[in-house]
Amino acid sequence: MSGDAAGLGRGRAAAFVLPALVLIGVFLVFPALWTIYLGLTDYRLTGLAAADPQVVGLDNYTTAIGDERFQGSLWLTVQFVIGSAIIGQAGLGFAIAWTMRDRRGPVRRVVEGLVLLSWILPGSVVAFLWIALLDRDGGTLNTLLGTPENAWLLDNPMLSIIVFNTWRGTAFSMMLYAAALENVPPSHLETARLAGASTFQQLRDVVLPRIKGHVLTNLLLISLWTFNDFTPFLLTAGGPEGRSEILPVYVYNVAIGDGQLGVGAAVSFLILAINLVFALAYLRLIRGRNRAEAPLQAPSGRGGG
Amino acid sequence: MISLHGLTKVYPGGVCAVDELDLEIADGEFFALLGPSGCGKTTLLRTIAGLETPTSGTVGIGGADVTTTPPGRRDVAMVFQDYALFPHMDVTDNIAYPLRVKKTPKTERHAKAAATAARLSLSDMLTRRPGQLSGGQQQRVALARAIACHPKVFLFDEPLSNLDARLRLEARTFLKRLQRELAVTTVFVTHDQGEALALADRIAVMSGGRLMQVGTPTEIFQRPATPFVASFIGATPMNLLPGDVRGDVLHVAGAALPAPPGLTDGDHITYGVRPEYTDLSASPRDDAFPGTVAVMENLGTANLVTIEAGDTLIQAVVPEGDEPALGTAAWAVPRQARALVYTGDRLHAPIPA
Repeated sequence: MSGDAAGLGRGRAAAFVLPALVLIGVFLVFPALWTIYLGLTDYRLTGLAAADPQVVGLDNYTTAIGDERFQGSLWLTVQFVIGSAIIGQAGLGFAIAWTMRDRRGPVRRVVEGLVLLSWILPGSVVAFLWIALLDRDGGTLNTLLGTPENAWLLDNPMLSIIVFNTWRGTAFSMMLYAAALENVPPSHLETARLAGASTFQQLRDVVLPRIKGHVLTNLLLISLWTFNDFTPFLLTAGGPEGRSEILPVYVYNVAIGDGQLGVGAAVSFLILAINLVFALAYLRLIRGRNRAEAPLQAPSGRGGG
Repeated sequence: MISLHGLTKVYPGGVCAVDELDLEIADGEFFALLGPSGCGKTTLLRTIAGLETPTSGTVGIGGADVTTTPPGRRDVAMVFQDYALFPHMDVTDNIAYPLRVKKTPKTERHAKAAATAARLSLSDMLTRRPGQLSGGQQQRVALARAIACHPKVFLFDEPLSNLDARLRLEARTFLKRLQRELAVTTVFVTHDQGEALALADRIAVMSGGRLMQVGTPTEIFQRPATPFVASFIGATPMNLLPGDVRGDVLHVAGAALPAPPGLTDGDHITYGVRPEYTDLSASPRDDAFPGTVAVMENLGTANLVTIEAGDTLIQAVVPEGDEPALGTAAWAVPRQARALVYTGDRLHAPIPA
């Protein structure tokens, strides 16, 4: 890896990278650092503290962590991630990809088209459609099921946003797994079938070991996205009574709704820290996997006796 | 025994890969399906395995109708062209995989895997992963996996074609010996006529989803039933020359040759003779094809000489030391005892000696 493939020299290479680094610094690193600073103050949206915020140390953090509303919100977020990302999007996405793997032609195109459609529509449009679907008075679902007066968003707010987010995000997992399944050689599956392996055994022995890396990457991405997803706010605004107030919604309600920018910043930083832990854990798993398989690539003895 | 009756496979989209095919393969036989790519030989093999469902017709293995039996219950083992070894399992686990699916206890299946591996000289590699093996070793592991569960039938889908040329010859000899010892009915798909001739007890030559000819390697080589089989079999393609019958003489590419009985005056025929059965003469002869030496290819112990006679090309194999000079006139003399006459795409008769 003696690196200067482009022949630029260190100085010019740095000059090429610099604009990007500046942009990242201005729009990413600086706001992050600023958030950390704000989290240490009693900065508010309005009033005296807005004009002259005081540094209050770790008060915001201890308040937030001790707050039942924050703890409840964290627990709801965990439910949201497990329910809609891991079980919903990844599970359903894999199931669709697996079912569609050998299909060509109209069925596959229609299914993929529909799933993709839910992904590419703007969030606000999707939210409006779902409100229309779940509405108590004249909602499509109530009409279909013949259950008038059933206020889905009020009675089952968590279930509603979990189903909503599953529906919305399945396309990504489906496409990723469909691509991953292309990497499983048909002859491997057929060898298992000829040995008499059931579908479960084929998945366990042939498919999963082959697509483990894809699974981990997919889970990393969708759990991070879901953890930070704000779209459910458009459906329930965190209500009723905070029963669907996942962390991003909580931050919004605290910082903008209640005007406590300092506390909001502190919680934002906590979310960032949780995300970081997530990402590091996944990356460790992926790297561990690569290391375990590294010796496979080492010898170049193919073709010899 | 494998018996196929009226077997037809039409793929969605209308491609007919196997067309009304009848075939019986005897117990313990080493049977080769030979043909150019797209002739339906792999589809036929996969239909026997149960990986493809026939559109119509029946598949029988060992006397039982297995047409609708799933592949796992047919008691067959298949070796794929890419070997299909599981990269995350070591050699032992790969060989023992079918036994594991059949719920054989771990110690028993590991013992069986070790015994099979020993037979295929893989004992030193039991703990290696497929990625740490050479191509030849991977091929033997795939064989071992097929052998370890003692199936009724082996199905081989071009298992030698990923090996380099020299290794392929060794593997061929090894495979033939192994099959003899195990005496398991074997169906072997290949596009390499040399491989089919060398390995098989019987060969079926396929084209366009149909059987062109079924017979022993000798029959197929000596008496190919159609010009297609004639041109497909043999290391160098057979000379197939158009000609006419006039009285009891065949007029082919400038040569006058005695006609076999049963031909009528004015018939159009195709005269076939292998380059190996064609000699070169430096002086004019009535029973030879005149032309000029156009190309010379060295085959090691012999030379393949191409004679140009107008638009027709005639090839002859000439022993080393007898090479004619390029551009000189030459006469290609067919050995008439080895020549074949085709009328209307069917073998009429070999010419009597």
